[in-house]
Amino acid sequence: MTDTHKSARQAAGSPGPAGEGLDARLVVERGAFRLDVALTAAPGDVVALLGPNGAGKTTALRALAGLLPLADGHLRLDGAELDRTPPESRPVGVVFQDYLLFPHLTALDNVAFGPRCHGASKAEARAQAAGWLDRMGLAGHASVKPRRLSGGQAQRVALARALATHPRLLLLDEPLAALDARTRLDVRAQLRRHLADFEAVAVLVTHDPLDAMVLADRLVVVEDGRIVQEGAPSDIARHPRTDYIAHLVGLNLYRGQALGHTVHVDGGAGITTVEDLTGPVFVAFPPSAVTLHRDRPTGSSARNLWRCEVAGLETHGDRIRADLTGELPLAADLTTVAAAELGLHPGATVWATVKAAQTHAYPA
Amino acid sequence: MTPLDETGAAAGPRTGGRRRRRARGGAPPPLLLPALIGLAFLTLPLLALLVRAPWRSMPDLLTSAEVWQALQLSLVCATAATAVSLVIGVPLAWLLARVEFPGRGLVRALVTLPLVLPPVVGGVALLMALGRNGVVGHWLDDWFGITLPFTTAGVVVAEAFVAMPFLVISVEGTLRAADPRYEEAATTLGASRFTAFRRVTLPLIAPGIAAGAVLAWARALGEFGATITFAGNFPSRTQTMPLAVYLALQNDPEAAIALSLVLLAMSIAVLAGLRDRWMAAS
Amino acid sequence: MTRSARRTRRMLRMTGAGAAVLLAVSACSSSDSDDSSKDSSTRGSAASDELSGEVTVFAAASLKESFTTLGERFEKEHPDTKVTFSFGGSDSLAASITGGAPADVFAAASPKTMKIVTDKGDAVGTPATFVRNQLEIATLPGNPDKVSSLKDLTRSGLKVVLCDRTVPCGAAAQKALDAGGLKLTPVSYEQDVKSALTKVVLKEADAAVVYKTDVRAAGDKVEGVEFPESAKAINDYPIALLKNARNAEVAKAFIALVRSAEGQKVLGGAGFLEP
Repeated sequence: MTDTHKSARQAAGSPGPAGEGLDARLVVERGAFRLDVALTAAPGDVVALLGPNGAGKTTALRALAGLLPLADGHLRLDGAELDRTPPESRPVGVVFQDYLLFPHLTALDNVAFGPRCHGASKAEARAQAAGWLDRMGLAGHASVKPRRLSGGQAQRVALARALATHPRLLLLDEPLAALDARTRLDVRAQLRRHLADFEAVAVLVTHDPLDAMVLADRLVVVEDGRIVQEGAPSDIARHPRTDYIAHLVGLNLYRGQALGHTVHVDGGAGITTVEDLTGPVFVAFPPSAVTLHRDRPTGSSARNLWRCEVAGLETHGDRIRADLTGELPLAADLTTVAAAELGLHPGATVWATVKAAQTHAYPA
Repeated sequence: MTPLDETGAAAGPRTGGRRRRRARGGAPPPLLLPALIGLAFLTLPLLALLVRAPWRSMPDLLTSAEVWQALQLSLVCATAATAVSLVIGVPLAWLLARVEFPGRGLVRALVTLPLVLPPVVGGVALLMALGRNGVVGHWLDDWFGITLPFTTAGVVVAEAFVAMPFLVISVEGTLRAADPRYEEAATTLGASRFTAFRRVTLPLIAPGIAAGAVLAWARALGEFGATITFAGNFPSRTQTMPLAVYLALQNDPEAAIALSLVLLAMSIAVLAGLRDRWMAAS
Repeated sequence: MTRSARRTRRMLRMTGAGAAVLLAVSACSSSDSDDSSKDSSTRGSAASDELSGEVTVFAAASLKESFTTLGERFEKEHPDTKVTFSFGGSDSLAASITGGAPADVFAAASPKTMKIVTDKGDAVGTPATFVRNQLEIATLPGNPDKVSSLKDLTRSGLKVVLCDRTVPCGAAAQKALDAGGLKLTPVSYEQDVKSALTKVVLKEADAAVVYKTDVRAAGDKVEGVEFPESAKAINDYPIALLKNARNAEVAKAFIALVRSAEGQKVLGGAGFLEP
């Protein structure tokens, strides 16, 4: 398993020295469901709430936004109590799952909506909105209605709209879920840059471990209304504490230099990708994409072939997660039957293959 | 599905031309036959009215000042009643659709009661409430010197009473179909609930409001029972077309038919005009 | 309150120009009633054996109370019969009859509406006038506006309702106004006499020109004021056997009861005048 790029940036979230940032314990009760999570983050942090459907991620986000009342707990942002503040008075910006751009307003007026509500004149609000759209690379789409925007453009308008109110807490609900796989790569990279520039706290909700790892400094895994694990993405990926996390965040993620279809990982090994890129990139693929062989495969069409050694084996439900070291440290998932056939045991030598089509490379 | 599609659904069923054509080709007889009977049932009386219309005496009837007075009054009152319904009916629909409160089901039933109440009873109820001697009406009379019965304002009140439930039901339905998260999105941008309603919800449900307003307007235009009971019948003040038609029917059925045709033609013209305008706008 | 008690009270209240006419009328009806009891008992016993079946009577709304009473008496005298009534505006009843509604007897509130039926040949023989109705002013209880004549109704500020000119009571009111040389602008021309009366009962209008029978039926909810011009606009109520009658014998017997002294007594009690 490799280091992910974010692990160094922020070890663990905690409010800044003067009570700056987010300090919350969110307790929400809806029928039999009870959400109880504690979240802290310093300005500049990007925290990802990761979890299966129905875990309470979105509920937590809505509680932060003030769209759901807290049954208990507290919510402080930059030292100010927000528990009883209505949503319109909270310095919080939200990018909703399907963006919820107002369909009757142009992209410009969508972004100008917030500044307008905060007392700016129509002209002022529009000038600010034009600035935001420009920053998002959407200057040419100002007068376009949302239905004419592509998914990626709509996502950027939604982000601009949320940022235009200068929030101290930015909330993103599944920001990439509505996009197709191709657009997703570009938008993810762009979003990552915008989040890196954002000086206050950002909390994003996602069920996609790749999104979480790329975008966030810290993961908070929520299951059934409670936090089951939190920490740097790499730590969580290495030491999953539940089957869900193991399955979900067990991603192989590498940083390297791309040259055409080949990425040279910092450790030395090369990975063949579908994408044609140049410069610093990330490459990721799930452990289930890895196929293991006892002997060097001869007839395999896989371009990515590495010699590895089994460092450890862990059973998660009906699957086995193999921790491999060698040319390229990686995690591989296989069935118990396959593991038995291969005679896997710590210290054994295996050959790992990954099809190029199952890797994702994107600019760092 | 994109969020934009979802809002499209709020605008009501508007099927594409291709789908409609396909449905016509494959209409099964068990549906087609009753459908045609239904069509005939609805259109036959109107056709009969046309067949038996006194076309020769039409010009004389239509140039009489009383007819134009009644027609003008009908249009003015129906439009005013629709305006009143919009101002108080849309917020009521919002309340019913968006705010949880105890007894909401009961309130909704109360709102729709004028739909099933015989309009004459509605008129009597209005007299009891807003008449010169009514529960509220006598305060209006004592404090402001306002009496509604026998006035044009009374016609508007009676028509609004009968027509508003149509608007409320239509708008509430549209509001329920509309995504409430747009309102939430607006509040996270700093909009108060009222601003969110005014700048986001209202434009989103505009097609539903327009449909409800047309329904209410049409109902108000044809209103008879509540109007004659509450506002009485006086030419140029409270005698709307339906009242003129009814009274003409007492001794001159031909005139009644002619008046009805005028009302019919006018409603068709207005409704068709509105429909075209929406189509162009959407 | 019994009908006779109400009548006594009303008679006590009668003053002014209309009193002479009224006294004459009530004198008539009381003398008639003496004979009628004898008359009906003999006729009743004779007929009960022969008459049977159902009879449908279409009658003007103003006849509701008195005809219902007469219907009950008729059924008592002829146990095998059943009288069914349909009360309504004379015009709409006439329209129903010419449209083919199954009726045996039509009692209209004006010769004009009866003419609709006779013109179409739907009646048998010549309709007979069985009662007459006179107009009266209905005012609020206690007559707070001190209305004592038709002319008083033309005072400004007074809310008066009339029947629409297309219905009999409106036509009659117009005749009375013309006879007095008066011009009256009401707040409303109501679609029928009951609506006009209701407006006064509900205190929405200060006065209405309606029939004497309506004032009487309203009890103490309104107060009646006689006016001399009403003599010029007395409404005749014709009754006729209908061509399509399925039970002509019973229908004839019912018409006979209405026109008999007994029938006249009941109708007189409701405020109708003898023909």
